[in-house]
Amino acid sequence: MAVDDATITEVQLGGRRGGPDVATLRTDKWWKLPVTTVAVLSAFIVYATWAAFFGTSNFFYEAHNLLSPFYSPCLGSICKTQGVTSSPFLGWWQLSPALIILVFPLGFRMTCYYYRKAYYRSFWRSPVACAVQDAHSTYSGETRAPLILQNIHRYFFYFGLVFNVLLTIDAVQAFIWPGGGVHMSVGTLVLCLNASLLWLYSLSCHACRHLCGGQVRNFSKHPIRHKLWKFVTPLNAKHMQFAWMSLIVVAMTDVYVRLVASGTITDFKIF
Amino acid sequence: MADYEHHSYDVIIIGAGGAGLRAAIEAKQRGLRVALICKSLLGKAHTVMAEGGVAAAMGNVYPEDNWQVHFRDTMRGGKMLNNWRMAQLHAQEAPDRVLELEQWGALFDRTKDGKITQRDFGGHRYARLAHVGDRTGLELIRTLQQKAVSMDIDVFMECKILRLLRDDNGAVSGAVGYWRPTGEFITFSAKAVILATGGVGKSWKYTSNSWEGTGDGHAIALWAGAELIDMECIQFHPTGMVWPLSVRGILVTEGVRGDGGVLRNSEGKRFMFDYVADMFRAETAESEEEADKWYDDHTAGRRPPELLPRDEVARSINTEVKAGRGSPHGGVFLDIASRRSAEFIRRRLPSMYHQFMELAGVDITATPMEVGPTCHYIMGGVRVDADTAATGIPGLFAAGEVAGGMHGSNRLGGNSLSDLIVFGRRAGMGAADYVEGRADAQTLDVQQVQSIIDESLEPFSRETGENPYDIQRDLQELMQSNVGIIRTGAELDEALTQLEALKVRVDNISVKGGRVYNPAWNLATDLPAMLTVSTCAALGAQARKESRGGHTREDFPKPDPEFGKVNMVLSQPNGSGMNAEVKLDPQPILIMPDDLKALFEEAK
Amino acid sequence: MADLTMRIWRGDQDGGELVDYEIDSQEGEVVLDVIHRLQATQAPDLACRWNCKAGKCGSCSAEINGMPRLMCMTRMDQLPEGPITITPMRTFPIIRDLVTDVSFNFEMAKRVPAFNPPAMPEGGYRMQQIDVERGQEFRKCIECFMCQNVCHVIRDHEENKVNYAGPRFFIRYAELEMHPLDTNDRRELVREKMGLGLCNITKCCTEVCPEHIKITDNAIIPLKERAVDAHYDPVAWLGRKITRRTKRSAAEAAADRP
Repeated sequence: MAVDDATITEVQLGGRRGGPDVATLRTDKWWKLPVTTVAVLSAFIVYATWAAFFGTSNFFYEAHNLLSPFYSPCLGSICKTQGVTSSPFLGWWQLSPALIILVFPLGFRMTCYYYRKAYYRSFWRSPVACAVQDAHSTYSGETRAPLILQNIHRYFFYFGLVFNVLLTIDAVQAFIWPGGGVHMSVGTLVLCLNASLLWLYSLSCHACRHLCGGQVRNFSKHPIRHKLWKFVTPLNAKHMQFAWMSLIVVAMTDVYVRLVASGTITDFKIF
Repeated sequence: MADYEHHSYDVIIIGAGGAGLRAAIEAKQRGLRVALICKSLLGKAHTVMAEGGVAAAMGNVYPEDNWQVHFRDTMRGGKMLNNWRMAQLHAQEAPDRVLELEQWGALFDRTKDGKITQRDFGGHRYARLAHVGDRTGLELIRTLQQKAVSMDIDVFMECKILRLLRDDNGAVSGAVGYWRPTGEFITFSAKAVILATGGVGKSWKYTSNSWEGTGDGHAIALWAGAELIDMECIQFHPTGMVWPLSVRGILVTEGVRGDGGVLRNSEGKRFMFDYVADMFRAETAESEEEADKWYDDHTAGRRPPELLPRDEVARSINTEVKAGRGSPHGGVFLDIASRRSAEFIRRRLPSMYHQFMELAGVDITATPMEVGPTCHYIMGGVRVDADTAATGIPGLFAAGEVAGGMHGSNRLGGNSLSDLIVFGRRAGMGAADYVEGRADAQTLDVQQVQSIIDESLEPFSRETGENPYDIQRDLQELMQSNVGIIRTGAELDEALTQLEALKVRVDNISVKGGRVYNPAWNLATDLPAMLTVSTCAALGAQARKESRGGHTREDFPKPDPEFGKVNMVLSQPNGSGMNAEVKLDPQPILIMPDDLKALFEEAK
Repeated sequence: MADLTMRIWRGDQDGGELVDYEIDSQEGEVVLDVIHRLQATQAPDLACRWNCKAGKCGSCSAEINGMPRLMCMTRMDQLPEGPITITPMRTFPIIRDLVTDVSFNFEMAKRVPAFNPPAMPEGGYRMQQIDVERGQEFRKCIECFMCQNVCHVIRDHEENKVNYAGPRFFIRYAELEMHPLDTNDRRELVREKMGLGLCNITKCCTEVCPEHIKITDNAIIPLKERAVDAHYDPVAWLGRKITRRTKRSAAEAAADRP
C-alpha cells in the first residue's frame, strides 16, 4: 500500500549554533582530493575535446585493425576515408563521429552516482569536503532541472552496455588482421583491457545493482536476481576505482591507437 | 518560590530503557495518558549495552526446550533465592514477547527454516538466546522506541526525577524533577508511577554501567516508603575489558564464550575445569575434548565450564588473578582467535571486533582478549508482586533491573532483556488496571514540591564546599574495594562507616555556574541516590553471612541453607531520604508450589 | 607536566569562544576520558553528553579537529600533535558547551509511517537470513546523528530542515522498504516530502558513520533508484499508465454491470 502522507511535525529553525563561525576547523589536508579530482577530470575533458573535434585522423590503425574507442562504432562519411572496415552508418554525417558517440559514455559518466559525488565536491564545492562549508548560499540538490535529469542514469547505463558490446567486438576484431590470420599485439591487449574495464565500470554501476536485484524486497523469493545482486555488489564497492581506471585507460587507448596509426611508435606484435 | 511547569497524566514511567518503553506501550494501548521520562535522550538507555541476546524458550534450535527447563535454569542460576512466580511468568511469557518484537519491526538472526535462531549462553541448558549478532539490546530498544514513537507517546527527554510524591492516603501522586538542558523544574501528577530506572553500577569503579546507573529508582522508591530486597546481590560480569585503563570495565559479551571462546590463564591452561561446583558437575564437561564436541552437537558432550553461570566464572577469574596466574594487565585471557576463523568472529561478534580494534588496538581474530570481572547488574531491587509489578505503595510499580526478585542471587545472561519485556508489559498492565476507574490524582503538595526543589539547589548556595566529582570517585573506590566481588565482615563495617562520612560530604557540596546543562550539579543531584543504594548494598552484604550467587563473603564461603530461605528486606520506617536510617529485616522468601518443586526433583 | 592542550568551545545561546585547557596525557585514553578529567578538575560545569563510553549509545558526538567523531571512540594517540579542538555538532542549535539540541532528529523520527506487517501466523513469522541482513545493517545505527550533522543539506542550509529527513532517516526508510514483512510503499513519500532529491550523494554521512554503515551505497542510492522506479522512469511510467487503464476499465466494466 502506498503511503504518501505522513505527519509533518514542526521543526524549529534558526537557533544559534555552537562552535566558531568559520568555514571549517579541519586541520588535515582535506583539499588534496578535490584538487586531484579537478586536475585529472580537467585533463581528460581537454584531451577528449581535442580528440573528438580535431583528432579526425589517425583514430584507426588498419594494419592491426585497431579502432580508437572514441570513434567506435565508426559513423559517417569519415570512416570510409580512414579505411574502417566495419560498416559505416549515417553516411551523411560530415563531422567527427566522436561527437555522436561520446554523448552516451559522457552521459553515463555525468549521471553516474560516483562522478556526481566527485564533481559536486570538487567542481561545484557543495561541499568541497566533509564538514567544510558549502560554497553556495542556496541549495536545491537534485530536485530541479537540470539536475533532476540525473534520475535517468539507468538509460545511460543501458546505452553504455551497447557500447561495451561494440567495443568488445572491436577488441575481438583486432585479433583478425586484414592480411588474414589471428594475431596479437600490444594494441590488441590494450583494446581488451579497455573493454574489460568498461564492462567492470558498467556492471559495478549502482543502477545495475538495483536492476539486477536491489529493487526486490525479498531476495529469498528471487534466487536468480539475488545471485546477480551478490555478483555485482562486490563490484559496486569498487565502482570508484573502476570509474577512474576505465576513464584513464580509455584515453590512453585512444592515445595509443593514434601513436601507432601516425607511425610514431610501432605496435609490437606478440604472435 | 520557584516557578515550575506541571503536567498531569494517568501513568508516568520513569526510565526509557526496555522495561520503561514496554510498559509505556502497554499502558498507551489501554488508552491511557502516558508520559515517558528519561534522564538521557530517548534510545540511549543502558539496554543498548546488552549484547548477547534475549532468553526465551522458543525451542527453535532445540525443540526439547520449554518454559519448565528455562524456569529451572533461572532458579538454579539464582541459587533458588528468586521469586519463583516471577521466574515462572518470565519463562512462560518470554517467547511471546520476543515474537511480538518482530511484529513491531525487529529483525533477529534466522535459522535455516526461517525461524529466529538461538545461541548458547552461560547457565542455559539449551541454545535459547534470540539475538542479532552482538547488538541485541540495541535491536530491542530501537524496536520499542520506534513502536512508542509511532503511538505518539509523550517523551520527556533529559529529565531527572528527584523524588516521588504521595497523597494523603499514602498512594503515589506524582513526581518532581528537573530538565537537564535548562535546569528548570518540572512536576508530574499521575495516578500511577512505573519505575524502570535500571541499575546502580556507577557506584563502583570498574563497571559496565553508564553514568545513568546511579540507582535513582531504587532510592526514590525507598525514600517514598517502598521496600528493597537483596541489594547485596550484585553481579560482576566475568568478562569486562581490563586494558587500557580508561576502558576498564567495558563489557565483553558472553556470546564470545557461547560461540567457542575459552578462558586461559598465563600458563595457557583452561582453568575453568578446576572450578566446577558440585551443583553443576553432572552437566559440565570433564575434558577439553568433551567440551569442544558440545559446541556443534549438544548431545555429543557436556557443556564447557566456561559457560557456567556468571558468578561462578567471575569468582574463578578472581582466584586465578590473585594466585598470580593472570594476564599482564590483571585479567585472564579470553581466546577465540585460535578456535574460530576470522570470518566467523567478524560475522558473529562484529561489535566486539570493533570495540577491541578501536579502543585497545587488539585484533581479536588474531590475539586473545584480556578480560576481568566488572560490576554489571543488581539482582536486588524494589520488592514487587510478580503478576502486577506492584510495589507495597499503592500506585507505584517497578519493572526491569530496578525490580528485585526475578533473578534471585545471580542472573543468567540473556534473562535481563527478556525480564524487561515480560515485566515491562506486566507493569504497564498492572498500572492500567490500577488506574482504571480512579479519579485524577490529587493536586500536589506545594510545600513538599518546594522543599524538594530547595534541597536540590542547595549546592549553588555554598560558596565553598565539596567537589561532587571527588565524592563520586571516593565512593567508587570504597565500593570497589570494600563491597566488591569478594567481601568480608570487617571491610563491610568499614564501608558503612565511610558511607556515613561521604553523606556528610554530600550535604556540603558546592557547585558553580548556572543550572543549564551543568554536569557538576547533575552529579550532585545523583549522589544522594548513589549513597542510598550503596548503603543498602553494604547493609545487605553485612547481614547475609553466607556466599550465594553474586554475593561472596570470604569469611562465610559456603551457602547457608538458612539464609537461602530469606530475603534481606530494606526500608526506611522512620524518615525519608539519604540521611534517614535504613532498616534491614530478613523475611522469608515465597514458597514454591509443589508442582514446580517437582521440576527440580526430576532433574536430579 | 601538562603536555596536552584541549581547545574546547564553551558557550551557549548567547555566544561563546574556544577556551584552552592544559592537562597531562595518560596512556590509552580517548577524548572523552580527557573531558571527564577536565570536568573533575578544572571545569566542573563543562557540559558534555555521554552515556555508555563504549561506542554503543551514540551520545558523545562532537567535532574533533573539525571532523564529527564520537569522543568515546577517538583515541588521543591517534590525533596529530598540537592543540586538539573540540566543538559541538555544528548543525543543531547549541544548548551549552558541547551539548546541542538534537530534537530535529526526533521530529523526523515521528514522521516515519510505522512498520506495517501482515498478521503474524501461528508460531511467528518466517524470514530468511538473506532477507533480514539488509535491514540489519541499517539497524546497527546508534543514532549519534553525526550523519545528520555532517550533511551539508542542513548543515549549511538551515531552511532545508523543514523538509529533509536526513541520512539517519533515509536508512530507516530504506530498512522499511527492504523489510521482508513490511507492506507499505513509502517511495513517493520519501521523494516528495522527505527530501531524498536534496541529497547529492557526496557521501559525508558514510564517511563519518561510527558503525561503518554504507549509508549512501546501501540506503540512499537504492532509495533514489526506487524513486526512479516509482516516479521518474519513463518506461515504468508508461507501463503503470497502461496497467492502470486496464484496471480502471475492468472496474468500469464492473460498475456498468446491472
